[in-house]
Amino acid sequence: MSRSRLAGSPLSLLLALAFAGSAQAQAPAPAPAAPEKPFKVGVVTFLSGAAAGPFGVPARNAAEVLAESINAGKAPAPYTKKGLGGRPLEVVFLDEAGGTAKQVSEYRDLVQRQNVDAVIGYISSGDCLAVAPVAEELKKLTLFFDCGTPRIFEENSYKYLFRTDAHAAMDNVAAALYVDELKPKLKSIAGINQNYAWGQDSWNDFEATMKALRPDVQVTTSQMPKLLAGQYGAEISALMSGSPDVIHSSFWGGDLDAFILQASPRGLFKKSTALLTAGETAMYKLAGQIPDGTIIGARGSHGVFAPDNELNRWLRATYQDRYSVPPVYPAYHMAQAILGLKSAYEKAQGGGAGEPSVDAIIAAFENSSFETPSGTIKMALGKGHQAIEETVYGMAKNSGGKLTFTHVKRFPAEKVNPPEGTKSADWIKAAFSKK
Amino acid sequence: MGDVLAVVIDGTIYASWLFIIAAGLTIVYGVMRILNMAHGSLYALGAYAATSVVGAWIRGGRAPLVSYALLIAAAIAVGLIFGPLIERGVLRFVYGRDEIVMVLVTYALFLILEDAIKLVWGVESYFITEPYGLLGTVEIGPLTYPVYSGALVLAAIVTGLLLRWGIYGTRYGKLLVAVIHDREMAASLGVNVRNVFLITFTLGTMLAALGGALTAPTVSVVPGMGVETIVLAFAVVVVGGLGSMPGAALGSLIVGLVRSAAVHFFPQVELFSIYLVMALVLALRPRGLFVAPEARKI
Repeated sequence: MSRSRLAGSPLSLLLALAFAGSAQAQAPAPAPAAPEKPFKVGVVTFLSGAAAGPFGVPARNAAEVLAESINAGKAPAPYTKKGLGGRPLEVVFLDEAGGTAKQVSEYRDLVQRQNVDAVIGYISSGDCLAVAPVAEELKKLTLFFDCGTPRIFEENSYKYLFRTDAHAAMDNVAAALYVDELKPKLKSIAGINQNYAWGQDSWNDFEATMKALRPDVQVTTSQMPKLLAGQYGAEISALMSGSPDVIHSSFWGGDLDAFILQASPRGLFKKSTALLTAGETAMYKLAGQIPDGTIIGARGSHGVFAPDNELNRWLRATYQDRYSVPPVYPAYHMAQAILGLKSAYEKAQGGGAGEPSVDAIIAAFENSSFETPSGTIKMALGKGHQAIEETVYGMAKNSGGKLTFTHVKRFPAEKVNPPEGTKSADWIKAAFSKK
Repeated sequence: MGDVLAVVIDGTIYASWLFIIAAGLTIVYGVMRILNMAHGSLYALGAYAATSVVGAWIRGGRAPLVSYALLIAAAIAVGLIFGPLIERGVLRFVYGRDEIVMVLVTYALFLILEDAIKLVWGVESYFITEPYGLLGTVEIGPLTYPVYSGALVLAAIVTGLLLRWGIYGTRYGKLLVAVIHDREMAASLGVNVRNVFLITFTLGTMLAALGGALTAPTVSVVPGMGVETIVLAFAVVVVGGLGSMPGAALGSLIVGLVRSAAVHFFPQVELFSIYLVMALVLALRPRGLFVAPEARKI
C-alpha cells in the first residue's frame, strides 16, 4: 500500500486517533506553575558485559536514587535545594559496553540528538581517553566519574571536561605506603594485573613507589594476564613459587572474583599477603573466601571506609532502601559526580535562581571543593579539572561470615596525589625516595 | 626443576579444560562443516545452569558431594535441550550453504543467546565455591593444588576416551565417520544424515556445556564469559586441525603447555604466546597438525 493511499483511508484516521489518544495519555498533567525545564544529564556506565554487575549497575542505581532524592529535596546540607538550584535533574542512561568507537558515536548522539545538558560517565579508562577530545570538540560539559588512568589531564588540558574521582596513582601510592608501614621486614613483592592501561599503570605506580621506599625489595614476578582471562592456575603457581611477602593486584569484576576463588583454596593468601586495590567491590559476595590479613582498598574513602557523615548516611540509606545491598565504591563515585555538578551549578547561580551559562558552571567548578559521602573532594589538579580525595586501606578480618577491618589507615589527599603540574611517574620517583 | 614440573602440571590442567570445550567445537565442524560461533554461549549456558542448580542444592543444606553429579547433569540437560532446539530450529534450514553463511548464522545465535542469558540471569555474577575446595588439596613441592583440578584432568581424559570409543567402536561412530568422509555418498547408501547431524550437534552442545559446568566452581559466572573461551578454543582446533579429535587433544596440550611456560618464565609474552604457536603451526601445516591434504572432488 502506498503512502498516499494509506493517508486517505479510514484506517489511517483510526490510527491517527489511536496515536493521539495514547500521546495524550502519556503527557504529564499540566503543572500549576510554569514548570522548570529539567537539566538533562546523560549517564553512561556498563549496563551489560562483565563490568556491569560489580561496577556499572551500582553506579547506575546510585544515579537513579540520588536524582530522585535530590529532586524531592531530601538530600542533606549543603544540598537541600531541590534538583540543580531548583531545576529538576533528569537522567538518561546509556550502556558503556561495546568499545571506544561505539562510545564516541553514542556520545555524539547523546549531545547532538538527545540534547543533554551534561554527560556523566565512563568506567573504562579506554572510553575516557576516547571521549575526552570529543567532549572538547562538541563543547559539552562532561564529568568522568570512575575511570582511573592519570593520562587524561597529565597529557592534555580541557575546558569542558572534569573528573570527580582521583586517578589511579593515588590507589597504588597509598597501597605502597600502607605496605611500607605495616611490613617492616618486607623483602619481596609480586603482582598480578590485567594487561591493559589500568593494570599496567597500577602495577608500574605500585612497583615504582615500593622501590623508592625500599630500594632492596625484590620483585618475584609480575603477571599480566589478559583482561577477562578467567583461568589463573599457572599464574597462581608462578606467584606461589616465588613466595613473595605481598601480592599486588588491581583486578576488578569477574577477574577479581575468579582470582580469589582459585587462589584461596590453594592457600596463596595464607603464604603471601594479598593487596587488592579494588577489593571492596568483591567483599560482600566473597567474604568467606577472603582470608584474614588481606589488604583491601576502595579507590578512595568509599563504602566501608567512608566517613561517618550526614551525606554518607543519606547515600547508604537511600541506596539500601531501594536495592537492599550496601553501595560499593562505584556508587560513591557516582555520588561525587552528581554532587560536584550540583555544587558547581548552584555556585554559578550565585545565590539566585537563574539558569547559569555553561561557562559560568565551568568557572564555578574549576578549583572548587565540595562535600560528598566520601568527604571533601578538591578539584586540585589538571588546572582545576581533576579531583583529589582522601583514600583508605585496611586489613580484612572475617568475623561470622562478614568482613571487618583492622589497621585501617587514612591517607590525606595531598599525601597520595601528585602536586599540580607534575606527572605521577616523576612525582613518585622524586617524592618517595628515602634519603 | 620444580618450575618445569609446575609448568607441566599447570599446562595439563589448562589443557584439560580447553580440550573439553575444543572437542565439541571440532566434532561439530568435522561432521557438519559448521564453525559454531555460538559454542562459547553454550559454554556459558552450561556454567549458568550448573551454578543455578548446584547453588540451589547447597543453599538447601544438602550433601555437597552430590554437587559433582549435578554439575554433569546440568551440562547434559543443557545439551539435550539446546542441541536439538538449535539444530532442528535453526541450523537445518541452512544446511548445504556456504561455510561462511554458517558462521554468520551461528554468530547471530551467539548474539541472541548472550542476550537471552542476560534476560534470565541478569548482569550480576554468580558463584558456587563449594565444589572447588571440597575435595581438599595436595602439596607438590612448594605448590598446592586442589584435587578438583586433578578431577578436571580425569574428566578430560574420560571424555576423550569415550569420544574415541564412540567414534571408532560403535555403529553410530562408523556412520559418523562415513558422513565426515562423504556426506552425499553416505546418504545415498542409506545413512540417516539428518539423525547423525542432530546427535552430533547435541553432543557438541553437551561438551560445551560440560566445559562451562566444570569451570563454574572456579570462576565467577558473568555475562560475556564465553567470548574469551571461544577464542582460545578456536586457537586449539586451528592448531590441531579443524574437525580432528586427536588434533583437539594435541592442540589443547600444546596451547596449555606453551601458555603455562610463558606464565612461569616470560610473563610479559603470555598474551602473545598462544598466537605465536598458532602462526608457526599454520606456517608449516596450513590445515593444522592432524588434517591430511584433501583430494579435490570433481
